[in-house]
Amino acid sequence: MPEIAQPFRFGSNAGQPVTRRDGIAKVTGAAAFAADTAPAGLLHALCAPAAIARGRVTHLDIARAESHPGVVRVLTPANRPFLEGDPAEKPTMFSFRIEVLQDDSVRYAGQPIAMVLAETPEAAAEGVRLLNPQYAAETPRVTLDEEAAYPVEPGGFGRPAATLHGDIEAAHGAATRALDVTYTTAPQYHNAMETHAVVAEWTGDRLHLALPSQALAMSCAAYAWFFGIPVENVTLSSPYLGGGFGSKAIPTGPQVLAILAARVLGRPVKLMLPRAQMFGPTGHRGATRQRLRLGIDDDFALTALDHDSLSETSSFDDFHEPAANASQGLYAAQALRSTHRGVRLDVGTPGPMRAPGEASGSAALECAMDEMAEQAGLDPLAFRLLNYAETEPGTGRPYSSKALRDCYRLGAERFGWAHRPLTPRQMRDAEGMLVGWGMGTALFPAPMFQAQARATLNPDGTALVETAAADMGQGAWTALAQIAADALGLPLEKVTFHSGHSSLPDGGVAGGSGHTATAGGALHAAGTDVIRQLAEIATADPASPLHGAGNARVAARDGQLFLVDDETRAEAFEAILARHGGQSLTGGGSAARPPEDAQRHAMSSHGAVFAEVKVDPELCQVRVTRLVGAFAAGRIINPRLADSQLYGGMIWGIGMALHEEAHHDPRTGRVLNADLAGYHVPVNADVTGLEVLTVHEEDPHVNILGIKGVGEIGVTGTVGAIGNAIWHATGKRIRRFPIRIEDLLAE
Amino acid sequence: MKPFDFKQPATLEQALTLWHPGAAWLGGGTNLVDLMKIGVARPDTVIDITRIPGLSEIDLADDGSARIGALVKNSDLADHPGFAARFPMVAEALLSGASGQLRNAATLGGNLMQAPRCPWFQLPESACNRRNPGSGCDARQVGGLALIGASEGCSAIHPSDLCVPLLALDAVVEVAGPDGHREVPFATLHRLPGEHPETATTLAPGELIVALRLPAGAARFAGHAAYLKVRERTSFAFALTSAAAALELRDGRITAARLALGGIAPKPWRVPEAEALLIGQPPGAEVFARAAAHALEGADPAARKNWRRLLAIRTAQKALHMAALGTPETLPALPGSVFRSPAQEVSHA
Ligand SMILES: Cc1cc2nc3c(=O)[nH]c(=O)nc-3n(C[C@H](O)[C@H](O)[C@H](O)COP(=O)(O)OP(=O)(O)OC[C@H]3O[C@@H](n4cnc5c(N)ncnc54)[C@H](O)[C@@H]3O)c2cc1C
Repeated sequence: MPEIAQPFRFGSNAGQPVTRRDGIAKVTGAAAFAADTAPAGLLHALCAPAAIARGRVTHLDIARAESHPGVVRVLTPANRPFLEGDPAEKPTMFSFRIEVLQDDSVRYAGQPIAMVLAETPEAAAEGVRLLNPQYAAETPRVTLDEEAAYPVEPGGFGRPAATLHGDIEAAHGAATRALDVTYTTAPQYHNAMETHAVVAEWTGDRLHLALPSQALAMSCAAYAWFFGIPVENVTLSSPYLGGGFGSKAIPTGPQVLAILAARVLGRPVKLMLPRAQMFGPTGHRGATRQRLRLGIDDDFALTALDHDSLSETSSFDDFHEPAANASQGLYAAQALRSTHRGVRLDVGTPGPMRAPGEASGSAALECAMDEMAEQAGLDPLAFRLLNYAETEPGTGRPYSSKALRDCYRLGAERFGWAHRPLTPRQMRDAEGMLVGWGMGTALFPAPMFQAQARATLNPDGTALVETAAADMGQGAWTALAQIAADALGLPLEKVTFHSGHSSLPDGGVAGGSGHTATAGGALHAAGTDVIRQLAEIATADPASPLHGAGNARVAARDGQLFLVDDETRAEAFEAILARHGGQSLTGGGSAARPPEDAQRHAMSSHGAVFAEVKVDPELCQVRVTRLVGAFAAGRIINPRLADSQLYGGMIWGIGMALHEEAHHDPRTGRVLNADLAGYHVPVNADVTGLEVLTVHEEDPHVNILGIKGVGEIGVTGTVGAIGNAIWHATGKRIRRFPIRIEDLLAE
Repeated sequence: MKPFDFKQPATLEQALTLWHPGAAWLGGGTNLVDLMKIGVARPDTVIDITRIPGLSEIDLADDGSARIGALVKNSDLADHPGFAARFPMVAEALLSGASGQLRNAATLGGNLMQAPRCPWFQLPESACNRRNPGSGCDARQVGGLALIGASEGCSAIHPSDLCVPLLALDAVVEVAGPDGHREVPFATLHRLPGEHPETATTLAPGELIVALRLPAGAARFAGHAAYLKVRERTSFAFALTSAAAALELRDGRITAARLALGGIAPKPWRVPEAEALLIGQPPGAEVFARAAAHALEGADPAARKNWRRLLAIRTAQKALHMAALGTPETLPALPGSVFRSPAQEVSHA
């Protein structure tokens, strides 16, 4: 019997809804973000962004810009200093080719075509304006129709896999009922509150960076590569990020240029991208056009599930929104195929953005499932249950854990799904609004990366734990400390946590919803290592009440070691250490998933999202009035933070379903709504009646802590649920996201 | 940003003498400063008028009229209980605009004088006759923006919500300038672009809005007035379409009617003939539909098939319907929205 609340465990920090440890610092402004760093002699950098998407820069009025008071230097392709790393190559596996003024060509709008360094931000801005660039422009390609599609070669970062199980054509052909529908999703830009920034300072060939990073060690390696210095010479400080959503794991051209400027000018340089420049060189979620072909037999079992996704990438690098991946591993289809095709457009290279692939893929898949259920005359939830995958479809691998059935049941109960009429346009509210209910399944893989950590137990019974983790606002400062405190058997208040700096052990990547599992796993290992050492000391010490006990019988809790089978035999950490020369004890640990484990089980978080929308019958305005999400994501370390991540994901889903979309100027290829007044994400008034349930799930296989991840899954399921609810309210199937008034108004 | 002189005159006279071509008045700065940052506005002198005394009052006269100083903040006006009771659709329009933070900073004068949100106007490198006379109009590549009242040279849409009910209620703008004070009827404040999109209003260079007056007759609509604003996002978005509708009802018939539309034209839009269709009629769906359709009669032929035209008609129709139902006792939680009470019971058909 699953439980909604986490069971309370005495002495445990994990499982408690601890408030953010960095919360006070954040709300009082004491938390210093990268761009708050202000070393003496600081210069301000600003990129000149290309106003066209394709062509060449033919002229820049450098003299005029440089004569503006306060402007110190203009970097252009003509004078750009040498960079050891070739921007056409990639420093790490998880990176892209970048634009650092290597030539005069323009490959997307917003690409840096010059950088102005000035004494003040205002002077830099005026310098950029005075450059008055002239272009030889070519017609830009900015929509999926403008280029021939090519099959995406699978493998590697940005090149999603293709899968095939069974004979898809035969299965689809033989189906009792078949569906063949095409859904599109719009290009989206990450738009974290904090735009990309860097404050770079060189001392000799040592580089100091204040730079928001989702992957500190990887970033250091990349910057070392670009500047031809040993990685030990790079220090990177990234205590807080004002959001990242995937865009801050990867070095960008503007940041590399600012660091380069700092080196040649011999002064610290600060760059903080203006909002408008976040629409180009910092990645985005590419538009997709997805064709889904489904077939069912007489018993409503899926015989075929064929998902093809066409997505955009840049003209010079590859990242394809892996949308069709969403159909792998979710429903028990007898024949299953996922394929990806790409088109090259004059846009910046897309990149991973919260739930890359699953977000757009799930939107299309969940709507297609709804359409199939409609055709079959079945309740959409009943149809999904009929096609519940007990083992991973195609491979037959067992799931490490999968409480999806509980998610369906609890979510549906909470929502009142049983009262849903089968046919659309059946419900109204007292004001005459059309009301509709829809649902979608949520799924996101539970990967792990690699991380290391260190733990030190001090003679006074306090501890210091260290790992270079990244807190994007998700709560790593808190949840990771909770895990470490448990491993050390200490209350949270006694544990100091150092994080967010490259001098600390590599905390891995905050991405793929795998950070808590990975960095947490490393901290757990480090803490356990310290306790093991302490137990050895105590059991070997005749003065200790634990003397003579095998260390396997010793456990740590509340600052004491005790015997598991005789709790009266216990001793405080301080006492043990005091007799041992009063020295501190240090331990180390690491975490990564052994490849055999990854082979043996399919590992994912699951969930079910139920949506209610109201639609004005005349004006066609849509409002999401209720969202209930039930999620099973392994062990929940901090329910407050986990709920907040799931809320955030679901709110993102509202935006993806109804608001988020970058519009390109057809003539120049520029993004026309490159500010937050024009690029819409939900506001408070769009979010009413949001509810999250977490379903208890014990997972002995996924990792030692039983943690999956909650950062991204909330987006999946939600978008489709809203699309389906709109159909249920209006009877109209809109097959593009975001769904707009325009679409619903059409007769 | 272009360097500029910053002046803070202590009196109206000082302000008027400080002005010269190239200077700009600064109210709350929520529009001007943004435009300066993106290089669209490039004043050499910024004259902060917010220190001028006597321009921040809200005076409600016994005859039902009102006079509001140009420096009154958008939120202060909307939250003034006496004002909101007398002119509910003005309050509702104000509260449906921008966000709480912006309304706390934005002034009445600045709201009337705010620049359009045409994306090409806001991209300095693109062709825009309004920003750079004679350079052309990049909005034409998408067939133009305004449905009505546009010219070859410019089809930018007037973005203000507040101006829509002000037009409907025959507001009057008080202006001070080098040649003294004058009054501008609201309907003549904003210009259609015509041959000169660069001249957005009829204010002469160096003139300053000092106050706005609502005539005594405007208050008689207090019981039947609505501002309705349609957009994809529930709040903090400019109108796709909007409408201010006000009725006077006697013995079940409409004795006076006002209807103005926003989001569709280079200035707030009002068609007196559409209002005239309502007079003497009992309120009802059919007559509202006729009046609403008539308000869009002048739409450019190219806009006939535009979905926003249909939406504008329905918006006007619904606003009239809401006005006929009666002004709610208190301002709805979501001003200007059809989603007035989000927590409604659901009934099954
Ligand atoms: C993100 C965003 C969203 C918005 N959404 C909406 C919306 O939904 N609906 C809406 O209606 N508005 C919206 N606005 C616009 C907002 O209402 C205006 O920016 C504001 O009203 C301008 O007032 P201000 O005092 O800040 O003007 P300022 O920025 O100070 O000035 C604006 C212009 O008016 C001139 N000016 C100022 N005062 C006077 C005066 N007394 N006499 C003559 N000229 C003067 C200035 O020189 C300048 O040209 C939005 C703005 C932003 C930034």
